[in-house]
Amino acid sequence: MSSLSRDEVAKLAGLARIEMSEDELVSLSKEFTVILDAVARVQEVASADVAPTSHPLSLRNVFRPDVVVPSLSPEDALSGAPAQEDQRFRVPQILGEE
Amino acid sequence: MIRNSASQMAAKLASGETTSVALTQAHLDQIKAVDDKVHAFLFVDEKGALEQAAQVDAKRAKGEKLSPLAGVPLALKDVLAQKNKPTTCGSKILEGWLPPYDSTVVTNLKNNDIIILGKTNMDEFAMGSSTENSAYGPTHNPWDLSRIPGGSGGGSSAALASFEAPLAIGTDTGGSIRQPAAVTGTVGVKPTYGGVSRFGLVAFSSSLDQAGPCARTVLDTALLHEAIAGYDPKDATSINAPVPQVVKAAKEANVKGMKIGVVKELNGDGYQPGVRARFEEALELLAKAGAEIVEVSAPNFEYALAAYYLIAPSEASSNLARFDAMRYGLRVGDVDGASAESVMNLTREVGFGKEVKRRIILGTYALSSGYYDAYYGSAQKVRTLITQDFTQAFTKADVLVSPTCPTTAFKIGEKANDPLAMYLNDIATIPVNMAGIGGMSLPAGLADEDGLPVGFQIMSPVMKDDRMYSVGGALEAALLSKWGAPLLDRAPKLEASK
Amino acid sequence: MSLTYDDVVAKYEPVLGLEVHVELNTESKMFCGCATVFGAEPNTQTCPVCLALPGALPVVNEKAIESTIKIGLALNCSIAPFSRFARKNYFYPDMPKNFQISQYDEPICIDGYVDVEIETDEGPKKFRIEVERVHMEEDTGKSLHVGGATGRIHGAEYSLLDYNRAGIPLVEIVTKIVPGTGKYAPEVAKAYVAELRDILRSLGVSDVKMEQGSLRCDANVSLRLIGEEKLGTRSETKNVNSLRSVERAVRGEMIRHAELLNAGGRVVQETRHFQEDTGLTRSGRSKEQAEDYRYFPEPDLVPVEPDAAWIEKLRAGLPERPSIRRKRLQEAWAVPEKEMAAMINADVLDIVEETVLLGADPTKARSWWLGEISRIANDKDVAIADLAITPSDVAEIVALVNAGELTDKLARQVVEGVISGEGKPSEVVAKRGIKVVNDDGALMAAIEKVCAEQAETAEKVRAGHIPAAGALIGAVMKETKGQADAARVRELLLGHLGQPTN
Repeated sequence: MSSLSRDEVAKLAGLARIEMSEDELVSLSKEFTVILDAVARVQEVASADVAPTSHPLSLRNVFRPDVVVPSLSPEDALSGAPAQEDQRFRVPQILGEE
Repeated sequence: MIRNSASQMAAKLASGETTSVALTQAHLDQIKAVDDKVHAFLFVDEKGALEQAAQVDAKRAKGEKLSPLAGVPLALKDVLAQKNKPTTCGSKILEGWLPPYDSTVVTNLKNNDIIILGKTNMDEFAMGSSTENSAYGPTHNPWDLSRIPGGSGGGSSAALASFEAPLAIGTDTGGSIRQPAAVTGTVGVKPTYGGVSRFGLVAFSSSLDQAGPCARTVLDTALLHEAIAGYDPKDATSINAPVPQVVKAAKEANVKGMKIGVVKELNGDGYQPGVRARFEEALELLAKAGAEIVEVSAPNFEYALAAYYLIAPSEASSNLARFDAMRYGLRVGDVDGASAESVMNLTREVGFGKEVKRRIILGTYALSSGYYDAYYGSAQKVRTLITQDFTQAFTKADVLVSPTCPTTAFKIGEKANDPLAMYLNDIATIPVNMAGIGGMSLPAGLADEDGLPVGFQIMSPVMKDDRMYSVGGALEAALLSKWGAPLLDRAPKLEASK
Repeated sequence: MSLTYDDVVAKYEPVLGLEVHVELNTESKMFCGCATVFGAEPNTQTCPVCLALPGALPVVNEKAIESTIKIGLALNCSIAPFSRFARKNYFYPDMPKNFQISQYDEPICIDGYVDVEIETDEGPKKFRIEVERVHMEEDTGKSLHVGGATGRIHGAEYSLLDYNRAGIPLVEIVTKIVPGTGKYAPEVAKAYVAELRDILRSLGVSDVKMEQGSLRCDANVSLRLIGEEKLGTRSETKNVNSLRSVERAVRGEMIRHAELLNAGGRVVQETRHFQEDTGLTRSGRSKEQAEDYRYFPEPDLVPVEPDAAWIEKLRAGLPERPSIRRKRLQEAWAVPEKEMAAMINADVLDIVEETVLLGADPTKARSWWLGEISRIANDKDVAIADLAITPSDVAEIVALVNAGELTDKLARQVVEGVISGEGKPSEVVAKRGIKVVNDDGALMAAIEKVCAEQAETAEKVRAGHIPAAGALIGAVMKETKGQADAARVRELLLGHLGQPTN
């Protein structure tokens, strides 16, 4: 039986950048026990000799020519910005690497 | 006038019997009258629609050559970007966002002079089968306001069934066009994957998503299909080939000599008796119209649901990562000293609903190191098997058929707390998306036990979308002559609010 | 306790791994049609695709694929018959989609090598650097950190993002581990990056300007005791932005690791940042656990399957390998090794060759670019390529000198004039009224004047002490403001003082 502990859900929520309350972590952990059991059925037929399909079409080599097309105006580009300054997107301080 | 089909409306526009402005106004009036009950629309663009209608009338007055649906109004699912119009995907996280660009579907609609009335309600980011997952409240089924209109495109199907619009655009990732069509007694088509451009369609699951036409008749659906379909260089997964001749097929509605394959696995246990009865009846009518009914087997379809609920959430977990409060949309927790990371975390907590979070976490898990092969990788293999089943089945039949959904519309709230029961709704529609083929749902009548609409699903091979229109057209004609009037005439009349 | 480099290499063997990111010089971005001009106003080269607006979709730039295949071929790689893009998922504000479209287990080029030659104690020695893969990806936006000190990320109050660079095509070239370089590891690393840069430049696929970030190197370094099989723990030094820094970073990390190991400590596997001012690295944020990038095939793009004909066409169009070309030019121009190295170091090989192709004598062409022009570039602190003088200008100047219309000294004035923007050499000559005085009458007048003024010296020459003539010639040249042909002055002067003229 597959299951996902509260801590595992918390780790996944961290990877997915979603803050979660303790209640949410616990209830998701319970739900996942059921859901994972259902989806784990794929393993019954996924034998090594079956090739994976990542895409429904067998298209290949779809390219565009290296031609410049007009960009958005900076006003349009920044039109949805929650905050902006000097024609740049203003975001809270970034922790972590440069 | 609003109860006409889109083709009838187009004929009246062409003959000068009415104008696009009048027709558009009539639909805006109907929206005003009934949408507080139905809640099909998230945004009604009264001004924009009337302006567009006036332009089309002016073009017509000048004698310009217009497209077949020019001047006819349409309801647009809120998952397609329309320049400077709210596009929320039913989510709080995109509240107030105005796209600075048009999706290709919208560009095609505008080029065909189809009037866009507004944006319709949907399950948040198209995740759901009931439209209950919209952050802006549920949509109600015009057949019974206490029931769901299907999902995720419940707004579009309800708009059609309540005569708020004769045409609508939906998107279908696992059945989000066909299942709402089925439970509202309307027609919906998921074209072949790559048949309609995805550019500007806010992605849920990129390898499954497909926009498509919805209407009240097969011919209207075909006309809209031809208006929006075609190759788009902005979508690398768009098929560079002529659009199948679906209008011709819908008009000819000829099934003589056609082999129609009944998928053994998509019937039987778990399917409501009334659903099965209407399905059997439809098969008889098709046989009478000259088709040969054969049975086909697709043994791997039983794994489709499981594979879908791994592939779609996996892709979604990545597609929805861009909603991070940095460039657009909601921003929460931007207080002094807050970090970008905490703002992302808080925004995504507040901005996403429960089902979206559930699927993001599931997808994150399925792709994570150590679990990829067991989940996402295995699901991709199932995808191969399902495609093989279809290939095999299409050697025996020209199209495949099944009920669109196992049941008729359920009550709002009935399955809200049982995700697995909710997911089961899509059991018959999902295989089509997995293989990228075409699928249609059209009304097959009402279930005896509850008097609610039943959908009949037709599946056609890649880029043979015309075949489902042939079958759909034939079945529709046979049912119409049997019923004497369109099915929607039997829906209860919605009282106009004061 | 500070170890010398010799102590380090006496005990430990360094193992290198080099990852080089190259920005391709395509006109448009990797997945959209936005322009890629360096230094444009912020957010003027962005669109729904590279801003990751909801609904936008990527489409691959064909030229970027071609450039990458060319790079692979030039690095002796096999071109994969099937390759795919994958999403690398992690959140970072400079990356609009919060995933990078990259390549994971199906890169476009694999298994190549680059040979480099460096000077060792035993003379020139060749090292083969094996290339594991060459793959395509996209660049990120740029952030400007505001508040706090020095624009650094730490202590900043907020950041400002410009997405002009987001989506510019990047090619990543990853080596296999490089053992066996011993004490020459820093030089080998530098030589590899230099060779790569030359190859990329010869292919014309990138500006390869390390200072602008269009070529960036991450250096992985680990140490193991000499004779030990097992690899030591590595550190990864990011974004080393000059050839000299590559060498310094590797050397610095070798010493740092050795000091840690000698003290009984252990090396932490981490990302480090190279600091140009000190030549040392500092620790990046230490990761409690390895990132989980959740790679999966990019569903918005279809696989790349280059057919043999396409690959062969690209192969046929490959330029001469830079190392081979260098040998060829060295022989053709009869240049000593040291001079050749000087030209390569000064990055003037291309312009010298062009100047020669325009008719200039190789020795003269070389001496102009490496001498006077390099000196001016140095004084102005700019790259030679950025000076307003072209190979055709230099070829013209050399021709004027050969024709006797300019002396070397006058030619230097012309060079200076061209560089100051006064026009082509002929225009500078005309504007400044520069001309060689070859009117013997005028020269004789000057000679007589000088001989009268310096009668004593003139007498010495007349008495057969030829070397003394130098001072008189110099004075005559001064008298004629340098416009005289010194050889003619000498001839006339010696004749005037009754001496043989050759």
